[in-house]
Amino acid sequence: MQTFEGYRRPNGSIGVRNHVIVMNTVGELASFTKKIAQLVPGVIPVVHQGGQAQFPEDYKQTIRTLKGTAGHPNVSSALFLGMGDDPLAKELEELLKDDNHHVHAIYFNKDKPVSEVLKEGKQWLEEAMDRSKTEKTETADVTELIIGLECGGSDAWSGITANPAIGACSDFIVRDGGTSILAETTEAIGAEHILAKRAIDPEVGKKFLKIVKEYEERIKDTGEDIRSANPTPGNMAGGLTTLEEKSLGCIKKGGNSTLMEVIDYAEAPSKKGFIFMDTPGYDVESVAGLAAGGAQIVLFSTGKGSPTGSPIVPVIKIGTNPRLYEIMSEHIDVNAGKIIEGKNTIEEIGEEIYQKIMATANGSMTASEKHKNQEFAIWRLAETI
Amino acid sequence: MDKKYNALKLNPNDNVAVALKNLKSGELLSIQGEKDQIKVMEDISYGHKVATSFIKNEGKIMKYGECMGIATAEISPGFHVHVFNVRGLKNEERDHSFIDHVDTFSS
Repeated sequence: MQTFEGYRRPNGSIGVRNHVIVMNTVGELASFTKKIAQLVPGVIPVVHQGGQAQFPEDYKQTIRTLKGTAGHPNVSSALFLGMGDDPLAKELEELLKDDNHHVHAIYFNKDKPVSEVLKEGKQWLEEAMDRSKTEKTETADVTELIIGLECGGSDAWSGITANPAIGACSDFIVRDGGTSILAETTEAIGAEHILAKRAIDPEVGKKFLKIVKEYEERIKDTGEDIRSANPTPGNMAGGLTTLEEKSLGCIKKGGNSTLMEVIDYAEAPSKKGFIFMDTPGYDVESVAGLAAGGAQIVLFSTGKGSPTGSPIVPVIKIGTNPRLYEIMSEHIDVNAGKIIEGKNTIEEIGEEIYQKIMATANGSMTASEKHKNQEFAIWRLAETI
Repeated sequence: MDKKYNALKLNPNDNVAVALKNLKSGELLSIQGEKDQIKVMEDISYGHKVATSFIKNEGKIMKYGECMGIATAEISPGFHVHVFNVRGLKNEERDHSFIDHVDTFSS
């Protein structure tokens, strides 16, 4: 069994990083969140559009995402920056303190000079940084890893090289007792019956078909129809013939393992093995959802070099073609284009990705981490009020 | 390993392979993981599919080990497999056999 050195958290989870973060809870404080982070070297700002003016379903989704992010096993300490008597910052602080996470909330307040708030934040973050340096690692194995599976900026090679190689890796992880989470519900439209057939029982299969159907209906409400619009003329010129084929090229990131569970956006899986999370196709929101659901590392295939990263989880970039690797090598971690050149099989690249996961879990930095690519956005379901 | 091949089969059960470079009519197909060589019968662009076995009219097109479409004509090995001889699945052709009473999709 392959092992790594990780950080054991009070709730029993294990992290592959030991980040100290500061997060706004309302959109108005995005810039101040970045300013506070800059006061203490090493602190990562997690900035988003905020949890205000939302319908209840979005408020719940926002809380789940922010709680999953701040309470993530890769996070040692989290500071919330709220406004006035902001209920969201208070709720998050209480929820995570119940889990014994090291968190704290500070507030912008009409009765307090801004300089005082910044000073208070700086002081807490300095102590959190010192505290993080004293935390020891312990040995854990792949059964405790949750790996997110994502693609962004796909090209005609995505479904032929990088995605099947990620699928091979996902099957290796599941074989060894670990967990992988496939995402992007929109990408499954057209091949949902194939993935549903792999479900462990009819209930899981039905739930999967239900989330695909609901997503498709929401898209139809906007006047778009995925089924009749795909494959696009550009897809066809690239060699894709049917919608089933296009969707298979995406969902094969999940390999051929049995589908154990279907979970909501930013929800943590309750089972090990191969999981599906309901997320949009937009890579930034999807990666944020996977991370908030507890994925410690995300695999990300790209044909066009999408730089999307995450503030809290290492994102491993798998390039689909040799030319991309040649031109953007500093942004790509694994070159699946070697499959086209006849240098490696899909399984060999799958194994290379697996080794990259273990190296990353042991602290090796990914390209997106080196470049400090720290994109973060929450999937919004309804209108802003 | 560093073997040269010009096409890739994504699953051993597939009846199509993907061209990894522009294939010329008359050249031999060299598929990763397979010894059999098939003669390419027409020019096929990279990324496009080539039949690796005889596919009858209304037969399944298999890629990734899954049914990705239905043949609308007979396709012999070495020929291009694309929109002119393949269609997508109708809703009633999709395999929902794992569930007793599933709400089917309207295609």
